[in-house]
Amino acid sequence: MADPRVIIIGAGPAGVRAAETLVDAGLRPIVVDEDARDGGQIYRRQPEGFTRPQSALYGSETARAQALHTTFDRLKGRIDYRRRHLAWNIANGHVHLVSDGAASAVPYDALIIAAGATDRLMPVKGWDYAGTYSLGAAQIALKAQAASIGRRVVFMGTGPLLQLVASQYVQAGAEVVALLDTTPFLTQVKALPRLIARPAVLLRGMKLVAGLKLSGIAIHRGVTPLEIHGDAETGVSGVSVRLDSGEIRRFDCDAIGLGYHLRPETQLADLARCDFEFDAKSRQFWPTLDIDGRSRINGVYLAGDGARTQGADGAEISGRLAAFAALADLSLRVPEQRVSALRIAAKRMERFREGIAAAFPWPDFLAKAIPDETIVCRCEGITARELRGVALEKTAHELNRAKAFSRVGMGRCQGRYCGHAAAEIISAAVGAPLETIGRLRGQAPVKPLSISTRSVLT
Amino acid sequence: MSEVTRTDVIVIGGGIMGAATAFFLRKRGIAVALIERGLIGQQASGTNFGNVRRQGRYLKQLPLANRSREIWGRLQELLGEDVEFLPSGHLRLAYNDEMTAKIEDYTGQARHYGLDLEIISGNALRDRFPFVGPEVRAGSYSPHDGHANPRLAAPAFGRAAKRIGAAVFENTEIVVVEKAGDEFRVEAADGRLLYAPQLLISAGAWGNRLSTQFGEPVPLTAHGPQMAVTEPLPYAILPVIGVASGIPHEVVYLRQVKRGNIVFGGGGRGPASADTSRANVLPENTLSQFTQISRLVPALNRLNIIRVWSGVESYLPDDIPIMGPSAKVAGLHYAFGFCGHGFQLGPGVGDVMAELIATGKTETPIEPFAISRFRNTKDVALPS
Repeated sequence: MADPRVIIIGAGPAGVRAAETLVDAGLRPIVVDEDARDGGQIYRRQPEGFTRPQSALYGSETARAQALHTTFDRLKGRIDYRRRHLAWNIANGHVHLVSDGAASAVPYDALIIAAGATDRLMPVKGWDYAGTYSLGAAQIALKAQAASIGRRVVFMGTGPLLQLVASQYVQAGAEVVALLDTTPFLTQVKALPRLIARPAVLLRGMKLVAGLKLSGIAIHRGVTPLEIHGDAETGVSGVSVRLDSGEIRRFDCDAIGLGYHLRPETQLADLARCDFEFDAKSRQFWPTLDIDGRSRINGVYLAGDGARTQGADGAEISGRLAAFAALADLSLRVPEQRVSALRIAAKRMERFREGIAAAFPWPDFLAKAIPDETIVCRCEGITARELRGVALEKTAHELNRAKAFSRVGMGRCQGRYCGHAAAEIISAAVGAPLETIGRLRGQAPVKPLSISTRSVLT
Repeated sequence: MSEVTRTDVIVIGGGIMGAATAFFLRKRGIAVALIERGLIGQQASGTNFGNVRRQGRYLKQLPLANRSREIWGRLQELLGEDVEFLPSGHLRLAYNDEMTAKIEDYTGQARHYGLDLEIISGNALRDRFPFVGPEVRAGSYSPHDGHANPRLAAPAFGRAAKRIGAAVFENTEIVVVEKAGDEFRVEAADGRLLYAPQLLISAGAWGNRLSTQFGEPVPLTAHGPQMAVTEPLPYAILPVIGVASGIPHEVVYLRQVKRGNIVFGGGGRGPASADTSRANVLPENTLSQFTQISRLVPALNRLNIIRVWSGVESYLPDDIPIMGPSAKVAGLHYAFGFCGHGFQLGPGVGDVMAELIATGKTETPIEPFAISRFRNTKDVALPS
C-alpha cells in the first residue's frame, strides 16, 4: 500500500501533537489550518512584526506555548502544511478546502478533526448591541490585534476563560470594571475534589482570581444577568445584574465579554457523518467517541476541544491518541506502553473536565426567564417570543423543526452561538427534557463561502 | 395501545399533497385521517426550492397548475397563515438562439392553456431586469408566477386541516396497509388501527413501496435537490429566475426572499435514499452552481452562501407524477412522484384529489398522470 493519506484539520495543540506523532511514525500528513499561523486559539501566535513578549501573551502558559510552536516549526519540512485553508465540507472521503477563492478536494485514508471550540453563550437582553463580544473574541482581539474590546470592560458569564481573559486584560493595561460570575462560590467549592485531579492547574486558577482581587477588580459570584444597556447607535453603555444578595446593580461599561465556558466545534464531525450522543452533565450533544478519539465512522477521529473541552493540555494528549488510533487502524505499528500511558493521562483530563463543568455550570436555568423580547438568534434577529411561539403554537418541539418555522439558527453562524440556548428555551417552554429537543444539524459550508470560489486541480 | 379510528378517507403521507388533500376533503365535509411517519412537510415538501412556477411545465399539466395557482392566490385566507407567497413573476432565460426559439414556441402553445407569457429580449430585457448577465439572449416572463416558503406551506395545510377536523397523526409509521372486504385497513407501528373505504397514497419517495403492495409497482427513484442560500442583502430581485437549457448543469434557478437572502439550486441532482431518509448536496455541484449563478446574475459573484441543503424527492422516468385512481383497487388513489416540480402543484393536487375522492371525477384533466402507464414499464413514453 502506498503511504496512507492522513489529513489533520486544525493546527492547535491537538492538531500539532497529532502531526508530530504521525511524522514520528514516518508519515507526511496534510495539516489544514484556517489561520495564517499555527497555535490554534489558546496558543495563538501574534502576527509577524508584532512584538509583545511571549510572557505577556501567554502568562503562566508561556513554556507550553513555546514548546508547541517549536515543535510545529520543526515539523514544517516534514508535513504538507496548508495554512489559510478553510475545510468547508467533507464528503465521500474527501475534505473540501478553500483558500483565496480556490477550492480543492483532498482524499484521505484517515482524517483527524481537531477543530477546537467556540464560546458557549446564553442570550441576555441587549446582547445584540455593538460592544458585546464573546470571551474568545475578546481574547483574540488582545492576542492577534493587541487591541482591547473597549475602554471600560465588564466580563460576565462563567468558566475558566472568564478569569483568564479578565486577568489578561488587566495585565495588558485595560480597565476592567467588574467580573460577574453566574456560578455561586459554593458550587465552585463543591467541585474541588474533582479539580484536584490536576492540582497545579487548580492552583493557577486560584492565583488568577487572587491577582484580580489585588488589582481591585470587583468580583461578584452567583449573579443573574438581567440586561445589557445601550442603543443601536452607540452600542453598549452598561450591564445590570442581580447580585447574590438580591440587590440589582448596574455597571457602566462600553464593552462586555460574555461566555459560559466552551462548546466543541462539531460541524465537521457532523459533515463526516459522525454519531452524536447527549451528555446529561454538560447538557449538550457531542460526537460519540472511544477513549482514543475514534468516531463511529471508519477513518474519522476527533481530538482536542472539538471533541471534549478538556483544555490545551488535554488537547495535546487527545491529539497524540487520535494519531496513534489512526496509525493502528492503518495497520501501522504503535508503541503500546506509550498509548497506555496516554490513556491514563486522558482519563485524568476527563475527570478534570468534569470538575470544570461542575465548577462552572452552564446556566440552563436562565433560559426560562429570558424576556420574550430578547433576541436569541442574532444572525436572523429571532426573539425568544418567536421561538416560544413556534414551539407552543406550531408544536415545533424539535430544534430543526423550530429552525424551519422560525429561522432560529439559520444565519451566518448556523446556530453556533444560539443553538444550545434555543434548545434550552424550547425545553423550558414545552416542559420536555433537553435531549428530546435535539441539536441543530450541521450543513456545509462550515463558514460562509464566496460564490466567486472556483475549483482548481490539486 | 390499539386505538381504532374509523373514517371516510385515510391519507398516507403528510407532504404538501397529502396535507392539502386532507384540508380540501374537510372543506367538503368528509372525515379524514392523515398519517405521517415523520413531521408534516418535512421531506421534499419542506426542502424544495419554493417555486410557484407554471411556465416551462409539461403543457398537459398546465390546467392543474392553473387551478393550483388560483388557490395560491387565496391561500392566506384559506389557511389563516402567511406562507410567504410572492406572486412577483417568473423569468425563464435563454443563452442562445436555439433555446430562444424553444421558449418562443412554448409561449405560443401555453397561450392555448390560458397562460400568457411575454418574450423579452436584448435591451428591453436589460432595461427591465438590469441584473441579468451579458450571455443572456432572451427570456419569457410569466407575470403571475412567483415563489413561497416551502418550510411553511405544507405544515400550514396540516394545521389548517386539523383545525377543521382532520385527524392528524405525526411520527406514525405504517406496518400494514391492506384492503379487507370493502374497507382499507391500516395498522401503525404503535398498534393504532384505521379503517376507511377510501385510501390516498401520497407518500412521495416512499409511495412505490405502498403501491407495490397493491400490485402496482412503478419505476420510482429518489434524488435530492441541490439547494443553497446566500447571506441577506437588500430586496431587489423580484422575479424567480430560471435557465432554459438542454445542458443539465446550466439549468440553475434562483429567487430572493423578502428578508433578502437569495436561494438557488439546480444544475443537477444529488444522491438521496428513501431507506435512510437522507439526501446530500455534492460539493462539486455547489461549485458548479457558483459558475452558473455568476453567469446568470454576475453581481451575485460577490456574495457568500451560508448554507446548503437537500431532501428526498421522488422521480419517474418520464418526469411527470402519478396522480389519480388506482387501475386495480377500487377506492384507492395515488398522488406521488412529483419529479421535483410538485410544490407549485400542491394546493391544486389537494383540491383535485379531494374532488376525485368525493365525487369520483374531476374537472381538471389528469389522465396523463395515471399509474396505468407503468403497467408494463417497457412501454413508458417520454413526454416532449
